Amino acid sequence: MAEKLDKVDVVVVGSGWAGGISAAELAKKGYKVVCLERGKDRSTQDFIGSKDELRYTKRHELAQDLTKETMTFRNRTEEKAIPLRKHNGYPIYDEGTGGTSVHWSGWSYRWLPFDFEIRSKIIEKYGENRIPKDMTIQDWGITYDEIEPYYDQWEKTAGISGEENPLGPKRSDDYPNPPLPSSPPIEMFKQATKDLGYHPFRMPAATISQKYENPDGETINACVICAFCSMYGCDFGAKADPIVTVLKTAQKTDNFELRNNAHVRRILHDGKKATGVLYIDPLTRQEYEQPADLVVVSAFFSGNNRLMMLSEIGEQYDPSTGEGIIGKNFTSHYTGIGGNSATGFFEDKKFNTFAGAGALGSVVDDFAGDHIDNTDTDFLHGFNMCIFQDGAAAIANNRVPQGTPYWGKEFKEKSVHYAHRHLTVSGMQGTLPRTHNYLDLDPIYKDAYGDPLLRITARFTDQERNMAKVIGEKASEIMEKMGADIVNTPPVDDEVEMTSSSINTHAAGGVIMGESPDNSAVNTYSQVWDMENLFVVGGSSFPHFGNSNPTETIGAFAYRAAEGMIKYLEGDGGLLVEAKATKNV
Amino acid sequence: MANDNKTKNPSGDGVDPTRRKFLKNTGIALGGVAGGSLLGGLLVSQSENKNDSSSKDDKAQAPRTRGREFFARYEDFLVLAAATELIFPKDDNGPGAIDLDVPYFIDKQLAGTWGVNDDDYRQGPFDEKKVKEAADTANHARANRGQLFIDGLRSMNAESKKRFDVTFDEATEEEQGEIMTDLETGKLKMKTLPSDGFFELLKQATLQGAFSDPLYGGNKNMDGWRMKEFPGARASYADVIEEEDFVELEPVSLTDYQQNI
Repeated sequence: MAEKLDKVDVVVVGSGWAGGISAAELAKKGYKVVCLERGKDRSTQDFIGSKDELRYTKRHELAQDLTKETMTFRNRTEEKAIPLRKHNGYPIYDEGTGGTSVHWSGWSYRWLPFDFEIRSKIIEKYGENRIPKDMTIQDWGITYDEIEPYYDQWEKTAGISGEENPLGPKRSDDYPNPPLPSSPPIEMFKQATKDLGYHPFRMPAATISQKYENPDGETINACVICAFCSMYGCDFGAKADPIVTVLKTAQKTDNFELRNNAHVRRILHDGKKATGVLYIDPLTRQEYEQPADLVVVSAFFSGNNRLMMLSEIGEQYDPSTGEGIIGKNFTSHYTGIGGNSATGFFEDKKFNTFAGAGALGSVVDDFAGDHIDNTDTDFLHGFNMCIFQDGAAAIANNRVPQGTPYWGKEFKEKSVHYAHRHLTVSGMQGTLPRTHNYLDLDPIYKDAYGDPLLRITARFTDQERNMAKVIGEKASEIMEKMGADIVNTPPVDDEVEMTSSSINTHAAGGVIMGESPDNSAVNTYSQVWDMENLFVVGGSSFPHFGNSNPTETIGAFAYRAAEGMIKYLEGDGGLLVEAKATKNV
Repeated sequence: MANDNKTKNPSGDGVDPTRRKFLKNTGIALGGVAGGSLLGGLLVSQSENKNDSSSKDDKAQAPRTRGREFFARYEDFLVLAAATELIFPKDDNGPGAIDLDVPYFIDKQLAGTWGVNDDDYRQGPFDEKKVKEAADTANHARANRGQLFIDGLRSMNAESKKRFDVTFDEATEEEQGEIMTDLETGKLKMKTLPSDGFFELLKQATLQGAFSDPLYGGNKNMDGWRMKEFPGARASYADVIEEEDFVELEPVSLTDYQQNI
C-alpha cells in the first residue's frame, strides 16, 4: 500500500541536466520542488580517486543498475526482442544524483538552424519526392533564432570553453570561456583540414579551460587534463555537470528536496491532468505517492517513453498504421555500421595520447546538416568530423592496422608498437527517423517490480550505411593529409544490421515535439498537448538526431521548458502554445 | 620466442625444467592426489625458468593475495594460463599474460560479482536462437561467466586431448593455435554458448588482466603499463598536453594515487 505524502508544487523525475535545470529554475522562483532520483546519493566526493578503467569504463560503475531495469531490442516487428543484459561499450544511461550527465565527455554543440526546420528546408531545396516515404522527418515547431537565447543561457550555466565556428549559426554572445589547451594531434588535424579547404574550430567543451563562476554563482574549476573523463565523474569539479551547477543552485533556495532511491513507476493522472507520481524505494520496496500541481518527467529518453506508456498517457505509435505518437521517431547515433572514421598509423611519430580531457578536440562542420549539398548524395542530412584526445587508457588502447591477427604474437607486437603511434578522425551522422524504428513496451520481459521493459525496434537503412562510407572516405583524406603511413577505415558491409550494441547514450525520440498534436506529443515548451500540467523534458522530444552530441540541445530545451512551467504556474494554466492544424506528418 | 615457447610448452625432450614435468616424472599425476601446496606456485616457477631474475624475487615476495579463489581444479587453471599466454605472449616488448598474473586476475574476477553476472539483467527467458544475433554473445548465455569459463576451458582441453593426446597446456604452440582458431571462429563445440562468444570473453578478460590497475591482481608490477607506456592514475597532464615529443613517465597505481590509510 503506497504511503501518501504531502503535496508539493512540483515533482521532478530524474536529476540529470533536464531535471536539474527545471528544478533549479522553479525553486529559484519560489516553488516547492521535490526531485525524485532512482539512484543513490552522489557528490564530487564519490569521484575522487576514481581513475580506474576496469571499474568505470569496462564495468560501467556509473551506469544504471540493470538488475532492476533494462531495455529490449529487435530489428523487426515480427521478431522477439532480447534484453540488453550488460552494459556494452556505452552504458545506456546512468542512475544516481546528476544522472547520465555525470559521465559525459562534455562535447557541447549547438544544432543547426536546418535541424529545427528540416522538412521544410529539404522540400524547399530538393522537393518533397526526395524524402523517402518511410522517413518521418518533421519541423520541430521552433526556429534556431527562437532557441538561440536558451543555448546561450545553457552555455553560461555550464561555462563552455570554445571558439567561434566559422560555419556556425549566429550567436548572441561569445563562449563564456576560451578553448582548452591544444595538442600536436589537434594542430595536425587543424592544418590538414585547412589545407583541404575546410574550416576547423576547437570542440566546444564542458571540461572548462579556467576557473569560472556561472550566473547562478556556482564555481566550476579549471580542467587539469587528467585523462579520466568520459565514463567518469570529475575528480576536480572541472566538468560541468548538474552536481556542481544546477542541483547546487536548487539546493541553495531552501525550496528544493532531492530524494534518492526513488524509482518512479507511474505518472498519476485523472485523464486530463497529472496529479503526482507513484514511486518505490528499491532498498525497502516501500511505495509512495507524491502529489504535485505540476509534474516534470526528465528521466532520459527511455524513462520518459516508458513512463508515458506505463501511465497510459497519449496514444502508442503503431508502425503498421502510422497512428499514435508515443514511441515514434526513435533515433540514435547508431554504432556498429563500420565506416564513420579513419585511423592513421605513424611510424616516425609518437603522441602523448595517454593525456587528454573529455572534450579536448577540433572539429569541422563543412559536411554538417545542410552545409553538404544532398543533390548528389545517397543520403539526406550530413555529418561533423573531429579529432579528440580524451586520454587513451591501457585496456582499450589496442588499435592495430587492418589485417593484423586478432590475438597472439603479431597482435601483441603491433598493439604495443602502435599504442601511441595512431590517431583517429571520426564523424557523427545526423540520424533521421523511419516508420519502422520505434519504441513500445515489451510483452515478455519485466523490471524488478514487474513492470514491462521498454522495447526498441530498429534497423539500419542505406541512409546510415551510405553516409558511414562517405565519412570513412573524407576522414581517410584528412588522415592522409596528416601524414599517416597507414590509413584504415572500417569496411561497411551492405548487409550490416543493427544490434543491441548499436544503441548508446545518444538516443532520442518517442515523446517528440512539434507544432500540432497531429504529429507530436509535446509542444516546444515540452508541455504535453493532452495533459497541460505535465512536461516531458529531454532527448525524448527530438524528432530526429542532429549530427553532433545532444546534451547542449537538451539543456537549451530544458531552459525553455522551465520558462514555460513558470509561465504556466504563474498564469491561468492552459496550453502555452496554440496547436496548429498541420498536414506535416 | 622459440625458446620461450619451448620452456612454456615442454614437449618431452628430456630437459624439461618445469615442476610439472618433475611431478610427472615422479609419477604424481596432475588432478590426482597431489596436494595443492605441492602444486602451488607452478606458474611462478615457469616464470623463473625463463631466466627472469626479477621473477625469482617476486616469488620470494609473492603477494599473499595471489592464489586461486575460483578455480578449484588446477588443470582448469593451467589451461586458462596457457590460453591467455597464447593470446598475449611474452616477447621482446615485455611480459606475457602469465608473467603479468593475468590468470590470477581472471580467477579473482570470476570469484566476484562479474563471475556470477550479478550486475546484469538476468531474468528469463534466455532465447538460445537469438543469442547469436547479439554482438555480445556471452552476456546472453543462460550460464554465468564462471560456468562459461569452466565449460570453455574444459572444451579446449578435451579437444586437445582428443586431437593431440596431451592437455591444452602441454600441447605445442602450433597445436594450441589450432584450437584457439577453432574457438575464435565458433567451430569448437561448447555446451553453453557458441565458442566465438567464449573466445571474445576470454580475450577481453586477458587484456583487462594485462592492463587494469594492479589493484585487481593482474598487470603485475605495472609491467603491462610500462610496456605500453601508459602512466596510470595521474592527477594532471597539464604540463604534457602541448609537448611535441613523447613524454616517458613512470606509472602511478591507484594505491599510490588514493594514498590509502
